[in-house]
Amino acid sequence: MKQATLNFHKVSDSNVVVTVQGSWTVSGVLPAPEQLSAMLDDRLKTVVFTAGDDFFWDSRLLAWLMACQRMLESTHCQFDLSGLPEDVRDLFNLANTVPPNKALPERHASLFHQLVNRLARLGDEAMALLAFTGELALTLCRWFAQKGSARWSDIINFCHQSGPSALPIITLQSVLIGMILAYLGMVQLRQFGAEVYVANLVGVGMVREMGALMTAVIMSGRTGAAYAAQLGTMQVNEEIDALTTLGIKPMDYLVVPRTLALILTIPLLCLYSNILGMFGGGLVATNMDITWLMYLYQLRDAISFGDTMTGVVKSFVFGLLIAMAGCRAGLACGRSSAAVGQATTNAVVTAIIYLVVADAGLNILFYHLGI
Amino acid sequence: MGQLGQKPQSVVIEARGLSMNYGSNLIQSNLHFQISKGDVFVIMGGSGCGKSTLLKHMIGLYQPAGGDILFGGQSYFTASPEQQLAMRKRWGVTYQGGALFSDKTLAENVALPLVQYTTLTSKDIRDMVRYKLALVGLAGFEDFYPSQISGGMCKRAGLARAIALDPDILFFDEPSAGLDPLSARRLDDLILQLRDSTGATVVIVTHELASIFAIGSNGVYLDANSKTQLDTGSPGYMLNHSKHDLVKAFLSRGE
Repeated sequence: MKQATLNFHKVSDSNVVVTVQGSWTVSGVLPAPEQLSAMLDDRLKTVVFTAGDDFFWDSRLLAWLMACQRMLESTHCQFDLSGLPEDVRDLFNLANTVPPNKALPERHASLFHQLVNRLARLGDEAMALLAFTGELALTLCRWFAQKGSARWSDIINFCHQSGPSALPIITLQSVLIGMILAYLGMVQLRQFGAEVYVANLVGVGMVREMGALMTAVIMSGRTGAAYAAQLGTMQVNEEIDALTTLGIKPMDYLVVPRTLALILTIPLLCLYSNILGMFGGGLVATNMDITWLMYLYQLRDAISFGDTMTGVVKSFVFGLLIAMAGCRAGLACGRSSAAVGQATTNAVVTAIIYLVVADAGLNILFYHLGI
Repeated sequence: MGQLGQKPQSVVIEARGLSMNYGSNLIQSNLHFQISKGDVFVIMGGSGCGKSTLLKHMIGLYQPAGGDILFGGQSYFTASPEQQLAMRKRWGVTYQGGALFSDKTLAENVALPLVQYTTLTSKDIRDMVRYKLALVGLAGFEDFYPSQISGGMCKRAGLARAIALDPDILFFDEPSAGLDPLSARRLDDLILQLRDSTGATVVIVTHELASIFAIGSNGVYLDANSKTQLDTGSPGYMLNHSKHDLVKAFLSRGE
């Protein structure tokens, strides 16, 4: 196919005939629209286009014609397409029936502005979080007073999703954490000939800290993210609007069952994780000159009921925080599929921040209370 | 595109004894119809009769349970992956809600097939995108995100993306559903104008009677109860000459 070319023929001062030749298609190379504008001057009124020999075209020709038209917008120069095929004229007219929109979309702000906006919004964020927390507390109170609309069947359903279904990954994670703690302790304690105290390290480490924290981290990725995605998708599908117009509070119907389910299941998962962590530690310890009997005997002395309770209390708090982070991110989700992704990320990141801060705070509290 | 209309009667799409399942549910069976070049082919029938399912079979998303669909005599489902891709590039599909990528601007949406399948420079692609959006009446909306425009505009932007590669066959799933009568009419006109000036063949799923008669030149009526086609032909012909009262009733709103 022949290369696309332009031929100029000046009829008069106000009139020029442009002959288009060759292949004006997607696969070809077109002359730059500037070639046309360079030929023209202020006195020109009409540009007549005619088709030359070997002329092939597709959308590319029309895109080019429109680019030329935009370029000549200021010169009041008219395009006359009468020498081109009828289909070209029709498509060109069709593309020009609706005048271009002049309004601009909402712009994405510059990085600096984004930062300023972020900081300015921090206050709003804190207020929104406070409002959410307050509403959740009130709704929970309402539920306990038997006035909420959360149903037990929902709660049990969510318990099943967040509890038993999470057992495999919690099992794997806990056994490995126990083994890691045991190896860590073994290397250090062997220097003092105090290998048997590895049971204390694993036991107290799991029960007071690692069991609760690691379970919570897994659950924030597994369940917190799922909550955010579920509620976010409902927001996109206008399901949450539908609930509100039916007179059902999303807080009552959606958030409370999820929160209660997580608060109920996480302490149990934490206890399960504690036991498996100690078992994992035992696997390592008995591999190096300690017997199961010694290990278990030492464990019994190492862990008190108070230790176990600190872990359970922690995981209870963590469960509440994860559910809050997940549900809040879901309810605050925008109306597009991209927003659901953002909401999910948001849920996991905030949940983990909450976890770490809450863990530090609780540890300080327990220390001062002497538990 | 430059030299159209040598063989106006050539068959572009042909269904031969097509049957479709959804899981173990039989949706439709024993479908026979032919679509010629330049046709506006309307797939009609009551709700739940499998119109959209038939469309999804035609664009290769679902595998037929039996029979075959031939494109220019070639079966899509037995073709090699390369041939399938080549065939797909000749199709443009517009989905019910537009199915625009919500994290991309309209310009990026329309540019996607051009970036993927052509060697155009970014400036040429920008010009092409402007032209395609101008064709559907969305000039100047290049930098808008789908969430910033109305549902009807999303549909038209979806059409702009579907025609990005100058397809030979255009598929529409319920193009006028959810549009006001004037917008629906404008969209019908646009479809006809595009068909006339690009020589494309159009396949439409719809149950808007006004659209069916305004633009349909051929069609098939699917029945949900007998799970097969009752009739095929132009809507006007079916209204007056169909042997099935159900088809006549459908096309005359039971009046």
